[in-house]
Amino acid sequence: MSSLVDRRLSGKNRSAVNRQRFLRRFKGQIRKAVSKAIAGRKVADLERGESVSIPSKDMKEPFFHHGPGGRRSIVNPGNREFVSGDRVDRPPGGQGGGGGQASPDGEGMDEFTFELSREEFMDYFFEDLALPDLVKKQLLAIPEVKKVRSGFVSQGNPSNLHVVRSMKQAIGRRLAMGAGPREALREAEAALAELEDRGEGAGSEADDLREQIAALKARIAAVPFIDTWDLRYANRSDQPQPTSRAVMFCLMDVSGSMDESRKDIAKRFFMLLYLFLTRSYEHIDLVFIRHHTVAKEVDEEDFFSSRETGGTVVSSALDLMNEIIRERYPSQGWNIYAAQASDGDNWDDDSPYCRELLVNQILPLVQYYAYVEIAARDPQSLWHAYEQVSAASRRFAMQRILTLEDIYPVFRELFKRKATA
Amino acid sequence: MSETDSDKPGDRDQPLLLSESSEWTFELLERYDSEIARIAAGYGLDTYPNQIEVISSEQMIDAYSSVGMPVGYHHWSFGKQFVATQKGYRRGQMGLAYEIVINSSPCIAYLMEENTMTMQALVIAHASYGHNSFFKGNYLFRTWTDAEGILDYLVFARNFIAECEERHGEEAVEEILDSCHALMNHGVDRYKRPTRLSMSKEKARQREREDYLQSQVNDLWRTVPVRDTGEKAKKRARRFPPEPQENLLYFIEKNAPRLEPWQREIVRIVRKIAQYFYPQRQTQVMNEGWATFWHYTLLNHLFEEGKVTEGFMLEFLQSHTNVVYQPPYHSRGYSGINPYALGFAMYRDIRRICESPTEEDRRWFPEIAGSDWRKTLDFAMRNFKDESFIAQYLSPSLIREMKLFAVVDDDREDKLEITAIHDDAGYRGVRQTLADQYNLGNREPNVQIWDVDVYGDRSLTLRHFMHDRRPLGDTTLEMLRHIGRLWGYTVRIESVDEGGEIVSVGECAV
Repeated sequence: MSSLVDRRLSGKNRSAVNRQRFLRRFKGQIRKAVSKAIAGRKVADLERGESVSIPSKDMKEPFFHHGPGGRRSIVNPGNREFVSGDRVDRPPGGQGGGGGQASPDGEGMDEFTFELSREEFMDYFFEDLALPDLVKKQLLAIPEVKKVRSGFVSQGNPSNLHVVRSMKQAIGRRLAMGAGPREALREAEAALAELEDRGEGAGSEADDLREQIAALKARIAAVPFIDTWDLRYANRSDQPQPTSRAVMFCLMDVSGSMDESRKDIAKRFFMLLYLFLTRSYEHIDLVFIRHHTVAKEVDEEDFFSSRETGGTVVSSALDLMNEIIRERYPSQGWNIYAAQASDGDNWDDDSPYCRELLVNQILPLVQYYAYVEIAARDPQSLWHAYEQVSAASRRFAMQRILTLEDIYPVFRELFKRKATA
Repeated sequence: MSETDSDKPGDRDQPLLLSESSEWTFELLERYDSEIARIAAGYGLDTYPNQIEVISSEQMIDAYSSVGMPVGYHHWSFGKQFVATQKGYRRGQMGLAYEIVINSSPCIAYLMEENTMTMQALVIAHASYGHNSFFKGNYLFRTWTDAEGILDYLVFARNFIAECEERHGEEAVEEILDSCHALMNHGVDRYKRPTRLSMSKEKARQREREDYLQSQVNDLWRTVPVRDTGEKAKKRARRFPPEPQENLLYFIEKNAPRLEPWQREIVRIVRKIAQYFYPQRQTQVMNEGWATFWHYTLLNHLFEEGKVTEGFMLEFLQSHTNVVYQPPYHSRGYSGINPYALGFAMYRDIRRICESPTEEDRRWFPEIAGSDWRKTLDFAMRNFKDESFIAQYLSPSLIREMKLFAVVDDDREDKLEITAIHDDAGYRGVRQTLADQYNLGNREPNVQIWDVDVYGDRSLTLRHFMHDRRPLGDTTLEMLRHIGRLWGYTVRIESVDEGGEIVSVGECAV
């Protein structure tokens, strides 16, 4: 006799450990793949799991096997035109007649693709940025939710039982279940009254009616007062805590000296700020402003891909930002954040004007303004101008960046404030 | 009990259908199982007791990626398998395996909860009666595996390896496992009977063995100078090992000079598990064919008894047909011969030869034509492996039906040559070529331990005996690194062709 066992509830993630070991072993390759994936993503689109591909030749497990060459015989099915002694060309791809060397687990493909969960993906993202653990935790946390009432359901736990609703259901059900018999009862009673009126109240017909009436009354009485079907429970569902809106301005210098690797650093810088904002705000607008001598508001694709030559006038971007804020984002309704990336080039005459613009016009309106200078050489005039701004305001942070690890310090104040709040 | 017992005319009068809907329940599974068991017993199938486990698809992915071990130690390669399976399944690129069945007693078969009643019945017939009876009957399984001991042994192995990870670190254990896995196909003595596996004995002997092994190894490598120079010369002339060894893992376990006792034990664990799977690699066609033949026969029998509906049969036949489909060599989806298709066709063909032999069958198979098909099939299942099974039973009629033909690919010729097709002159050629194709000895390179320089630098020399001039593949150097890690000293490999000429293929200095 066979024994049947229901194992569905026992041990689901038996392979979790093996999966972790697999990820650990190919950490290097996966990190590369994640970097590539980040480059292809939008700033606001960071938090998804991702399918990453790593070269499958790196992860083959070796074993002794035959290489091509020598003499081999293979039997194939489905002969159409051959007779023995025929000599035919080798099929393209080398293998004589196929079959012989097909790998057993379908690893013939060049790329091994698999899914990373959101947490795993973010881990790899954070790793490059050298974030402190507390901040990582903060960024990964799911936004808080509030339980709100949302109607009634027929199943729930006893403590949520809604008495009034349940009684209401019961009344309806009793009415519906009793309707038929009550109708019949009325008819029978009317018929009986008629018989009695005619003085036939003692006849057998009247007795039948009385019996019928008694049965109907019993049936009506048997309709249960309350039944399991009637029970209603108050329902509560999760709703994200409503929070206010924010707008994030991304400003970037797109003059010729900003090359691809600098743009990549800038992108991660914007991503990190965005990620921080998603923790605190439910709705975030993104505004991309690129500039050389003139500034222009563009969509994200243009922002990261286009490149122009010419001089640099930073104030043009600040002017435009100022304009947009006043036009579309009145500061009482919006939390305004700004991140600026540049290689530090600016017309000398322009830098003092930038400082003035920031201190007098922009900083009073924004929550935080972060500036990174992605450059290896000595600071230029813009840096010195901004240093004065930084000294004057706590809302302003700046940093010179050479590698990805340098990004985080720009936001240190920001995250610190959040942590203590 | 004979097959006709269940066919009494009286049965037809009762409401016989086991179920009509495609939903399954545990009561239904039980009823189907007992019906199938009754019919299987009627056909004389001898099985281990069955344990049928219902699992979810996630658990199926788990089971699938631990390569059929119900209890497995941890290793990244299983994680890789898991990730690959999960991805394929989520994207709907592939269905999960219908069934996983463990060669153990009781014989464990997994049913997936998502399947319909029909599929569950198919899996029960296929795994719990088909594969199960094959595990119990086939001589290779009887010789090489111990169905009663394997679960205990796997538990022992997992605990031991977990303990090693704790004591020596995951990385160190992983390194050893990587190297052992690479040699898994070379962990069997093909001509020696193995000892039985069992946890109680393993545990009791493991510590003993540790001390003993270490002392053996030390003895072999003793470097105390030998007094008599004559004896020394004699010793040097003696080769070690005296005979070439094909069981690389065994040789390493017993003789590698620098392995720690726990490392030796891990080598042994991988070797024992490799040995457990060894019969499966040699009986793919026979085993899958047998299970397929029996699910087909058993479920058809159920239908003839009126116990299942036509809808049931249609669904069943659809999956069955998918399983035994053999694409022709010129189609896009062709990837070699489908073992299910070939095995199923061969068993059916043997039954046909027994029941209604033609003149040709009588000439080719005088000893089985017209015999009792159940006895003949049982004999075939018990006493063969793929290679000999094909050599013995592949009939001209089946060769014609499948339109089999043999091709030779010789790198000295600029064209492929068709050496035999499905005609009178070609039957034997096709049959022999196909049988050779399933010979493990031809499929895998023949690599053996050739020599150890005991009195010199302790280097190990492997020898690859070439067959049909086929060279080693591109992973050979990596393999040498793995062997070098286990051996602890320089490892080199040389190829010997049929003419006796020796070519050095590679060396890995440690």
